[in-house]
Amino acid sequence: MSDKKHTHTHQLQQASRETRHEWYGKTITLASVVGIIILVVAIIYFIGQRGLAAFTTDHVKVTDFLFSADWNPLDGKQYVGAAAMIVTSFLVMILATLLAVPFALALGIFMTEFTKKRLTKYLQIMIELLAGIPSVVYGFLGVTIIVPAIRTIFGGAGFGILAGILVLFVMVLPTITSLTIDALKGVPAQYRQASLALGATWWQTTSKVILRAATPGILTAIIFGMARAFGEALAVQMVIGNAVLMPHNLISPAATLTSQLTSQLGNTVNGTLANNALWSLALFLLLMSLAFNLVVRIIGKRKG
Amino acid sequence: MKRKNNAKLQNKIAMITIYCLVGTVCLILLGILGYILGTGLPHVSWHFLTSESSSFQAHGGVRDQLFNSLYLLVLTLIISVPIALGAAIYLTEYARDNWLTNLLRTMIEVLSSLPSIVVGLFGYSLFVIKFELSFSILAGALTLTFFNLPLLTRNIEEALRTVPATQREAGLALGLSYWKTVYGVVLPSALPGIITGIVLSAGRIFGEAAALIYTAGQSNATVSYTDWNPFSPTSFLNVMRPAETLAVHIWKVNSEGLIPDATLVASATAAILVIVVLIFNVSARALGNFIYKKITSAR
Repeated sequence: MSDKKHTHTHQLQQASRETRHEWYGKTITLASVVGIIILVVAIIYFIGQRGLAAFTTDHVKVTDFLFSADWNPLDGKQYVGAAAMIVTSFLVMILATLLAVPFALALGIFMTEFTKKRLTKYLQIMIELLAGIPSVVYGFLGVTIIVPAIRTIFGGAGFGILAGILVLFVMVLPTITSLTIDALKGVPAQYRQASLALGATWWQTTSKVILRAATPGILTAIIFGMARAFGEALAVQMVIGNAVLMPHNLISPAATLTSQLTSQLGNTVNGTLANNALWSLALFLLLMSLAFNLVVRIIGKRKG
Repeated sequence: MKRKNNAKLQNKIAMITIYCLVGTVCLILLGILGYILGTGLPHVSWHFLTSESSSFQAHGGVRDQLFNSLYLLVLTLIISVPIALGAAIYLTEYARDNWLTNLLRTMIEVLSSLPSIVVGLFGYSLFVIKFELSFSILAGALTLTFFNLPLLTRNIEEALRTVPATQREAGLALGLSYWKTVYGVVLPSALPGIITGIVLSAGRIFGEAAALIYTAGQSNATVSYTDWNPFSPTSFLNVMRPAETLAVHIWKVNSEGLIPDATLVASATAAILVIVVLIFNVSARALGNFIYKKITSAR
């Protein structure tokens, strides 16, 4: 009798089968989550460590790296100036995004404010297709269509900044468009109705009410587009000409941070200054990516 | 009166401008698809798909690249789906509004916005240099996993969120543990959405090249397709061999230009790549719907 009572309390004190299930589930899902966190920390740590080597072990000056355009790391630490690539990366990013924004806005307005359902559906598929085409294919199209076109129109080799901008324009377009559509969809329908009821025309309503209300979302879309343009590697590398020069006109060959990394990393020996300098470019890319994230966050906070 | 006319005129101009811009984008897309398929498809033949690529002669094929792309895709999905599923379940079912959830969301955002070349370089420094795996399928698959995790997690998370809370309550009311409710009730009903998410991410993996050039490598070892022992160095299943994929092949033949028919090979490869990605994108939703009909009584 007392024995039975004993086992009874024992069972109550023990975790039930369901509770054990629960622990099991929580543990394995938590493990995946912790895995992802460790992964991101590891990426930042590894790239950071390798990217800082040029500054710590090779004593390259940070100011030289950022502001000098003398890039020839094989010749010594005075020649690790990444300014030409930094400027090209920013130039290509800004111009490609500027070019894409009007198209993205037009597509976004067309898809949310016009009421042609079937056309909207086709356009949706089209934007998804544009987003799905692999970046090397865009690079290949750049080499076979855009570069020869630039060569015939403007002369020169055709490989250069303009080719990079045009390729990136098509690549960032779907990114900016789909996020712009989300932003426009988020504007309450009453805003539009109220404005139209006041006698405003369709365009007055769209430009002064809808677009204004959706501005934070559209800005976020533009930042995401810029981030994609800044980080895109192979497509740009295929068309930009890969010469580390300060850009002086739009058809001159140049190199971005990403194009230099992709084309040169295989040609340097691990641990040398030339190699470390390339890792510093990677670190710069990583920091820019974090900065884009921060800006998106700040815009998101102001919106909320 | 004049102001009113101005507004109407502006309205008209704006509408016309929007139509023109949208039309231009349509033309660009049709042009791209037409060009890739028009120039590439005629060169795609059985011979092209089943013969080895050549490093300096014309008439090479893409047999190994095609297999490598598919093999890397399968391996990447095998590694990344369980992790993404776990993380997505944690985020939708268990996460409270605390620092850990915040940190995790930030980390996923950071990871998803990292340029793929940076992820590739991380894979290079960790697997190829530190773990001395050399350029290998394993290093490539693990790197592609890192590249794929954030998007896949978000896709699966969205699928899980579409399951109504009442389903979870019903499971719990039966006395099931929360975990059992998740995998017995929530997961099956979210399965079509999850499949759609996985197939969509597969399209992205298939076309990725920047993360692979310094991890899976840019060359092929000679392999035998009759050797089924994955530990044999010449087996096609060996994960320690370097492997060039279709996407990397396009980049490689274009930037080196050693073979005389580089443009033809690249355009044919691009056509294959685009068609496969299109199939993935189109079939993603269809497959999800099909599975939904199969496992439920909805007809």
